[in-house]
Amino acid sequence: MADLAIRALKKSYGATPAVRGVDLTIPAGEFAVLVGPSGCGKSTLLRTIAGLEEADGGSIEIGGRVATDLRPKDRDIAMVFQNYALYPYLTVFENVAFGLRARKLPDAEVRKRVGRAAEMLGLGPLLERYPRQLSGGQRQRVAIGRAIVRDARLFLFDEPLSNLDAQLRDEMRGELKRLHQELGKTFMYVTHDQTEAMTLADRIVVLKDGLIEQQGSPLDLYERPRTRFVAGFIGSPQMNFIPAEVAPGRGLRLSDGRELPLKAGRLAGIAPGAVLIGLRPTHIARAGAQPPATGVARLSVRADLIQPTGARAYVSFRLGGVETTTELEAREAPRLGEEFAVDLDLDRAVLIDPQTDRVI
Amino acid sequence: MTEAGVHARTGTEAAAVPSPAAAGIERPARRLRPRRRTVVLALRLLAAILVTVVFLFPIYWLAIMAFKTADEIFAYPPVWWPGSLNLSNFAVLFRDGDWETVRNSLVLATSSTAIAMVLGTFAAYALERFRIGGENLAVWIISQRMLPPVVIVFPIFLLYVALGWVDTFHGMIVLYVAFSLPYVIWMMRGYIHDIPIELEESAELDGCSRWQILWRVVFPMARTGLFATAVFTFVFVWNDFVFALVLTRTEVVTYTVQVTHYFGGQSNFWAKIAAMSMLGTLPVFFAVATLQRYFVRGLSMGAVKG
Repeated sequence: MADLAIRALKKSYGATPAVRGVDLTIPAGEFAVLVGPSGCGKSTLLRTIAGLEEADGGSIEIGGRVATDLRPKDRDIAMVFQNYALYPYLTVFENVAFGLRARKLPDAEVRKRVGRAAEMLGLGPLLERYPRQLSGGQRQRVAIGRAIVRDARLFLFDEPLSNLDAQLRDEMRGELKRLHQELGKTFMYVTHDQTEAMTLADRIVVLKDGLIEQQGSPLDLYERPRTRFVAGFIGSPQMNFIPAEVAPGRGLRLSDGRELPLKAGRLAGIAPGAVLIGLRPTHIARAGAQPPATGVARLSVRADLIQPTGARAYVSFRLGGVETTTELEAREAPRLGEEFAVDLDLDRAVLIDPQTDRVI
Repeated sequence: MTEAGVHARTGTEAAAVPSPAAAGIERPARRLRPRRRTVVLALRLLAAILVTVVFLFPIYWLAIMAFKTADEIFAYPPVWWPGSLNLSNFAVLFRDGDWETVRNSLVLATSSTAIAMVLGTFAAYALERFRIGGENLAVWIISQRMLPPVVIVFPIFLLYVALGWVDTFHGMIVLYVAFSLPYVIWMMRGYIHDIPIELEESAELDGCSRWQILWRVVFPMARTGLFATAVFTFVFVWNDFVFALVLTRTEVVTYTVQVTHYFGGQSNFWAKIAAMSMLGTLPVFFAVATLQRYFVRGLSMGAVKG
């Protein structure tokens, strides 16, 4: 059964549309991540689902019940905010218990639930402390604790990790994933960080300008993006977009005249003209001694920029008039300015119509 | 530079001075710096004492005058410290019933502050969170406070005569509430603005009603601001002179007006002036001293973020 069903949802702020007709169904127990750049409407969509914003049109069903006009407290949802939203004048225990006390649960039940959440999140020794005595990661745990004691049907997370430093973010990401598995509840999570989306999600929903650009499993979006936006947004480092011409019968031709042979039939149904070759950095390898396989183009390039990341290095060079990046093993990386040969795995490339920005 | 900054820098400098043997610094140079530091510190201390004396002397003089006998008050050279702590000046105030004006001030200031705080805080919440009247209404409200009281006291007097409210508690309370409200609304709006909206939204999702949100989130969060604003409002009403002078006669005379009765054409009742002024200072002193913790934090909150 779907835990969340949204139909034609719209929300504007004055004359500025934020969500422009979103249809979305999230099955029970799924971890859905709304991702997109700033201003794409992802937080507005989440807040409208929570009832903190009133929808201008469309409907929201939570657990099979129409919730569009219900007050936030009656929607059976719990939410974790970006800035934690902890009450500085209450102890950790009272912060976690706040929602239960507001709903007038018996004291014994409050203690039981807070104790269970504290155990899950490792908050036991911190229960008598105040938020100001906690680190950022501990505060975020308390905020999550506040949500999970509620035992709600739907959990909403609004960029909960964006205030943490990189290391802590990685750690908390793992904990959130584990928590989802333990609770088995439906999670809806907003982030602008595609790495977070890829690692956490069962389903990624990419939003752009208030509309869903594409949704699917992380792998689906990574391997089969439908638009240039999704192709560029998902994956880090970003996909390369190399301008080229479809040369009938011969493959693709770059602006510098170099030709890239394609497997037979790869261009079937594609009209001659300009295209963009979408190629992930991992699909560009340093050429070995072996001749390239069919569907792989070997080209000589000059290294313009080298960014080592430890075991791997990002090496950039000019190709078809644009900066192109490959991800190589650190020991394979050329020196700056060195000419070296790369193999472009065109079998894994996507071809994009530059007029429509859609994948062909 | 802040006091802490000065100390921190001095500390760093002290730590940075290497031992003479290690650095090869000559003896006179080594001795000069600590001596200069001592002199600077002494001068600073002296300046601080001087400023304190200048500010505290009038209060000291007033306080001891309240305990002096008539002879001591007029003695020349002045008596810097009375022979005994004479309470007769205060006894006279109680015997003649003058103390009732302090009681009147206390009743007016306490009730007006309480009413203005309740109404003003709700109004501020509505302005801030529901955006009632937009920015213009908020600015219009504070602009009311900019009118010099003396400009409108006479129209109000005529109105009060017509209403029969002159020299009544309710008349004075309504007036003081009306005059305190713009300040309370303006200040509380700033403090409420500083409360992250997510705290209220989170409480809403947790099942709190709007009233519960106010009680359980907004008031505790704005506690320091509430106290600071209440103290200022109280002090404003407590110190009011113009309205009380024009709008009271015999029933609700406040202590500020009463003090002026001691200035006569022929002579001034210095003992009563001093004793009454002391009585008049005490409630404010206790209010500020008791709430100082909140008061200072509330003031600085407003200053930084308001």
